Amino acid sequence: MAISPPSDKIWWNNPVHRVELIWIAVAFAWGLVMFFMMIYWHATGSQNLATESYRTTPNAYYAKVERNVADWQVRELNGIPVIKPPIGADIYLLGRMWLWYPVIELERGQSYRLHLSSLDLQHGFSLQPININVQVHPGYEHVLTVTPDKSGEYTVVCNEFCGLGHHMMLGKIFVVDR
Amino acid sequence: MSKTLFRTCPTTGLKIDLSAQALIKANAVAAVVFLAIGGLFGLSVALTRWPAVHLLPADWFYLALTAHGLDVLLLWIIFFEIAVLYFASAILLNSRIAAPRWAWAAFALMLTGGLVTNVAVLQGQSTVMFTSYPPMMAAQHFYLGLILFAVGALIACGVFFGTLVIARDEKTYQGSIPLVTFGALTAAIIAVFTLASGAIILIPTWLWSMGLVSNIDPLMYKLVWWAMGHSSQQINVSAHVAIWYAIAAMLFGAKPLSEKVSRGAFLLYILFLQLASAHHLLVEPGLSSEWKVFNTSYAMYLAVLGSMIHGLSVPGAMEAAQRARGFNKGIFEWLRKAPWGNPAFSGMFLSLVMFGFLGGISGVVMGTEQINIIIHNTLYVPGHFHGTVVAGTTLTFMAMTYLLIPLIFQRQVAFPKLARWQPYVFGLGVAGISLFMMGAGTLGVSRRHWDITFATAPFDFNYPPTAFLMMALNGMSAIAASIGGLMFIVIVVASVFFGKPVRDKIILAAPSGQPISGAVATYGSAGTLRIPGTLVLVGIFFVAFVLYYFVNWKYLSEIWPMR
Repeated sequence: MAISPPSDKIWWNNPVHRVELIWIAVAFAWGLVMFFMMIYWHATGSQNLATESYRTTPNAYYAKVERNVADWQVRELNGIPVIKPPIGADIYLLGRMWLWYPVIELERGQSYRLHLSSLDLQHGFSLQPININVQVHPGYEHVLTVTPDKSGEYTVVCNEFCGLGHHMMLGKIFVVDR
Repeated sequence: MSKTLFRTCPTTGLKIDLSAQALIKANAVAAVVFLAIGGLFGLSVALTRWPAVHLLPADWFYLALTAHGLDVLLLWIIFFEIAVLYFASAILLNSRIAAPRWAWAAFALMLTGGLVTNVAVLQGQSTVMFTSYPPMMAAQHFYLGLILFAVGALIACGVFFGTLVIARDEKTYQGSIPLVTFGALTAAIIAVFTLASGAIILIPTWLWSMGLVSNIDPLMYKLVWWAMGHSSQQINVSAHVAIWYAIAAMLFGAKPLSEKVSRGAFLLYILFLQLASAHHLLVEPGLSSEWKVFNTSYAMYLAVLGSMIHGLSVPGAMEAAQRARGFNKGIFEWLRKAPWGNPAFSGMFLSLVMFGFLGGISGVVMGTEQINIIIHNTLYVPGHFHGTVVAGTTLTFMAMTYLLIPLIFQRQVAFPKLARWQPYVFGLGVAGISLFMMGAGTLGVSRRHWDITFATAPFDFNYPPTAFLMMALNGMSAIAASIGGLMFIVIVVASVFFGKPVRDKIILAAPSGQPISGAVATYGSAGTLRIPGTLVLVGIFFVAFVLYYFVNWKYLSEIWPMR
C-alpha cells in the first residue's frame, strides 16, 4: 500500500505497465505542443506583449505626459484632457491613485507606441471590453505597440489593488474611424 | 533519553508516539480555527461582490479580503500541512518524532506569527492584500508576524526531516519510505525553498517598513515574493496528492500502479515546480519573452507532466484495488460501488476531479505567456486558485480529517449523516465559486474590486450583464460552500471535544466487497492490469484540456494586435 514501505525491496526494477507508459508519452508530447505553441505565436501571432521597458522616475515620466497634453489636447472630458496624438506617435499614459491620465483618442487601424507607467503604487491596466491586461509598475516604463482594429469607446479599469479608491480608478481610450 | 511514550493503534497495529499525536492534534486544531475565521471573511467578500447584496463598505471589504487570503491560504493550509508532515513521518514510519520540544516551539512561533499578522490586518493599517506589493506599505508587525510564522514552519520541516533520519537509524521500517511519506518529503523540500524565498523578501521589506531600507523594487519583490507565494501552492499540491494516495490506500488497500512512476512524478515537482513565480510576471515590464516562456511552462511543462501522471495513477490504483476485490463488471462498477457515503472517499474523489478539471486546466491555460494578457488580474485568477487550493487542497484535507478523527483523536465522527453530505455541499459550492469567477474573469471583471458598477468613478462604465449574473451565482455558491464549511467545523468540534472514544479496531474501508487483503494490486502487473474506467476518465480530461486550451488562443486572437 501507499502508506507502507514498498513490498518489493528493489521496486525500481519493476516493469511499468504499457497503459502508464502511453499516458506519460501523451502527456509529455502535449507539454511540448503547448511549449512550442507559445514560440510559434511569437513568430506568427499578432498578439504578443512587448518587452521594451525602461527605468524611469515619476517626475521624468510625468513631464512627458504633460508634454503630450500640451501638444495634442483637443478637448476635455469630465475635467480630464483628451489628447489626439499623430499616427505612430509615442503616447504616455500614466496611472496614479486613482486615475488613468490623460484620455486618448486613436484612429482605427493605425499603430501607436503606448507607454505605461505609474506615479505611485502598482496599478493594473485593464482595457475593457476587449480585456487586455498589463501590470503597471512605478519606476518602470513599458512600451506596447498597439493597433486598435475596431472603433468604439474603451475603458481602462484598474485591476491591481491600489488603496481605498481603487474601484474609482477609470480611464478612457476612444478609437475613431478616420 | 528515550522516555518516549507510545500507544499501539488498534486498527493498523502501528506504534504511535504520543507526543507526535499531540502535535498533530494541536496543528490540526489551529488549522481548523483559521479555516473558520478565514472562511467567514471569504463569505463576506463574496457577498460584497454580489452587486445586489454589496454587504461591506469599501474599507472593510479590502480588509476582509486581505484577512481571507492570510487566514485560509497561509494559516489553515500550512498548519494542516505540518500535521500531515508529522503524520507521514512519525506515524506511518512507526517512529518517535524528532525533537518534540522544537516542534512545540515551531507551533508557538507559527501561532504567534499568525495572530500578530491578523491583529495587524484587523487594526486597519495593513490593508495591502495577501500579496502586499510595494510601494504599498503595511504596518511593521504585519511583516514581522509573517516572518515568525515562516521561521516556525521551517523548524517544523526540520523536525520532519529529523524524524525521517531517526526512523531510518532506528530501523522502524523495512526498505524504502512509503509513497505517501515520499510525497510529504516532496512537500517539505519545496517548503524549505518556499520559506527561504519568503525570508529573503520579507525581511528586507520589514526593514523597509521600519525605515531602515530606503527602497524595495516592486518588480524584484514580485519575483521573489512569488517564489514563496506560488511555490507554497506546490507544497499544497504535493501534500494533497500524497493524501490522495493515502486515502486510496486506507480505504481500498490500493497500491500505486508503479512506485517508480509515482515517485518520479513527485520528483518532477521538486525539480520544476519552483519556476512558477513567472506565472505572476507574464504581463510585467522588464523581463524577456524567453525568460517568461521557459519559466511559465516549468521547463516545457515537466511539472504539469507530474500532475497528469498522478491524475492517472491515483484513480488507476483505486480501480485496480476495487477490481481485485471483485468489482469487475463493465467499465465503471468499481467506481459506482465505491463508498460514496464515506466522506473521506467522496471528499477525496471530488477533489481529484475538480483539481484536474477546474484548477489544473485553467492554471495551465492562464499560465500560457500570451493568453495571460486576457486573464491577468481578472476574476479568472481567483476562479482558478479556488479550483486548486479549495476544491483541491482544502477538500482533500477535510477528507483526511475524517480519517484522522478516529485514528489520531480516537473519537468517532460525530453527526455521521451530516458528515455524509458535507463534501458534496462544500464541493458543489466550491465548484460554483471557481466556475463563476472564471466566467466573470473571461468577461473582464477585475479581481480585488469593491464596486463593479463604478458608481463613484469619473467616467461611466459597465461590464456586460452576464458578468453581473456570474457575480450573483458566485455569491450563492459561496453561501453553499460556507454551509459546507460550517458543517465541517461543527462535525470536527463535536467529534474532537464531545465525540465517543474509539478504543477498538475500526473498519475504514467500504463494508461491501471482499475484505482488503495484503496485495490487491501487484507492481508492474504488466499482463494483468486492467484500468479501462480510469482510461476513459483521463481521456475525457485530455480532450477537455486540448479544446479549452485552443479556445483561449481563439479569444486571444480577437483582441487588438499588439507587439
